[in-house]
Amino acid sequence: MSFFLLRRTGGLVLTLLAISIVVFAVMNVLPGDPALTILGIDATDDARAALRVQLGLDDPAPVRYVQWIAGIARGDFGTSYSFGVPVAGLIAERLPLTLSLALSGTLLTLVIALAAGLYSASRHGRTGDWAVMILSQLGIAIPAFWLAILLVLLFAVNLRWFPPGGFPGWSDPLGSLRSLVLPTIALAAVQGAVLARVTRSSALEVMRLDFVRTARATGLSPARVLWRHVLPNALVPVITIVGMQFAGVVTGTIVIENVFYLPGLGRLIFQSIANRDIITVQALVLMVAAVVVLANFAVDVAYALIDPRLKARLA
Amino acid sequence: MRRFPVNLVLGAALAGSVTLVALLSFIWTPYDHAAIAVTNKFASPSFAHWLGTDQLGRDVVSQLMVAARNSMIVAFVSVVLGGGIGIVLGVYASARGGWVENLIMRVSDLSLAFPALLFAIMLAAVFGPSLQNTVIAIAFINIPIFARISRGAANQVWTREFMLAGQAAGMGRMTLTFDHVMPNIAAAIIVQATIEFAVALLAEAALSYLGLGAQPPAPSWGRMLSDAQTLLYLAPQLAIYPGLCIVISVLGFGLLGDSIRDLSDPRLRRER
Repeated sequence: MSFFLLRRTGGLVLTLLAISIVVFAVMNVLPGDPALTILGIDATDDARAALRVQLGLDDPAPVRYVQWIAGIARGDFGTSYSFGVPVAGLIAERLPLTLSLALSGTLLTLVIALAAGLYSASRHGRTGDWAVMILSQLGIAIPAFWLAILLVLLFAVNLRWFPPGGFPGWSDPLGSLRSLVLPTIALAAVQGAVLARVTRSSALEVMRLDFVRTARATGLSPARVLWRHVLPNALVPVITIVGMQFAGVVTGTIVIENVFYLPGLGRLIFQSIANRDIITVQALVLMVAAVVVLANFAVDVAYALIDPRLKARLA
Repeated sequence: MRRFPVNLVLGAALAGSVTLVALLSFIWTPYDHAAIAVTNKFASPSFAHWLGTDQLGRDVVSQLMVAARNSMIVAFVSVVLGGGIGIVLGVYASARGGWVENLIMRVSDLSLAFPALLFAIMLAAVFGPSLQNTVIAIAFINIPIFARISRGAANQVWTREFMLAGQAAGMGRMTLTFDHVMPNIAAAIIVQATIEFAVALLAEAALSYLGLGAQPPAPSWGRMLSDAQTLLYLAPQLAIYPGLCIVISVLGFGLLGDSIRDLSDPRLRRER
């Protein structure tokens, strides 16, 4: 097991390094002059050259890469061209909102998927099963940002229950919660539709097994059999898919933040693109890619810990 | 008794309709999609304008039709481009085996860590947003997907007896790949391409919505939605039509791909 962990951790470090090289190469080797972007076309050549020296852009690319990575290791992501403040500070300011949205979205995804998937499996071949299957098929085809717009149209424009967008700040906890309700639903509904199908087929597999038949034969109620015996055994593949879907949740958060004008990391990425603030975009893209890789790593390790067959093979 | 393939028929009908509308837009649209008539803005649906007009008085149906064409071109080119490169890499990895196969597969694993959105964001930050960058970004995510599928399918073909016979007859690995591996993995690849086409349509819509895709005046469903979002209080209907078009096309191609896969796999056919 420890060899497995060591090997996977080595692979993780190499993957993260490779990603950092790709991100740096795309953002730095390609044309475009940040000094021109910051100072504008009226600036003199001397002023632009001086700024390039100040930003360290006159060094060769490999030197800049090593400096960038060394900085990240110290928690220094560089200074944003457009905001004029450290990128680490910008990230720290916006991370809580993005994390809250990603976590609440994942939690609601699980609730939707388990409820719909188990209900569908327990009604296998009947109307309820068909209804869930049709809804989940539709859910997979609906873009999260369109669902978000429809939610705004219904709950913000027509019913006025929730705000159509914006975020009042954490100093107003109730207002913050209200601002996150519609984005969380938009994020979770689509992911939940995919996961509900996985839950359904996993539960159906378990329901065919002998021990479930035995549990039924002992006179346990169908609901008790479902919750006590089917659910725990059907969870392993569901949890695995949740981890694999995390990449979708993270990129979904970037999109949803832009629909609801939420000041998180996703909104920051697009503000930085508009300002051609390459150093900020570079740091954010690396961070998001790292989160995706770390989530996959966590799933691999968790899977090895949960699945007894894999655990025995690795022991 | 074989059950009526509802999903296949529904998928084919929806995908076929969207394709027909997109093709029709090359030769006919009710109006010029870019023709502005400010005096006729926010017109209600009528015989003259079936779904009304937008904030600049442009005909909504004409815009939806041209947007369908743009979306399908982006999806088609990116799947063909990414799929083509992925298939070459996959079958080459399978034919060579050893460290070449390992290297290609590890690099393809690495690129899976980059969702299309992130790649499009990087390209947009450096080159500015454009339709070409959207195509490149979506093609890029298709490369590892097709590399994996074609390598897996090719590896299965390599274990068959006729491949051993071919090798014994002195045929080279590349000749065997072209003559025997490619025809045998074609079905699996076509199915995957149909499914990825639906995913590409969805990705194109999301990137256009975020302003990273087609730039004005070229219409796209995603950008029509993003424009409509600012007009929700004035003209909520404008936020409905493009979304419905996305759902119909993604649902159509998704159902079609899934159904063909299920029908071509005897194990899945039994479970239906």
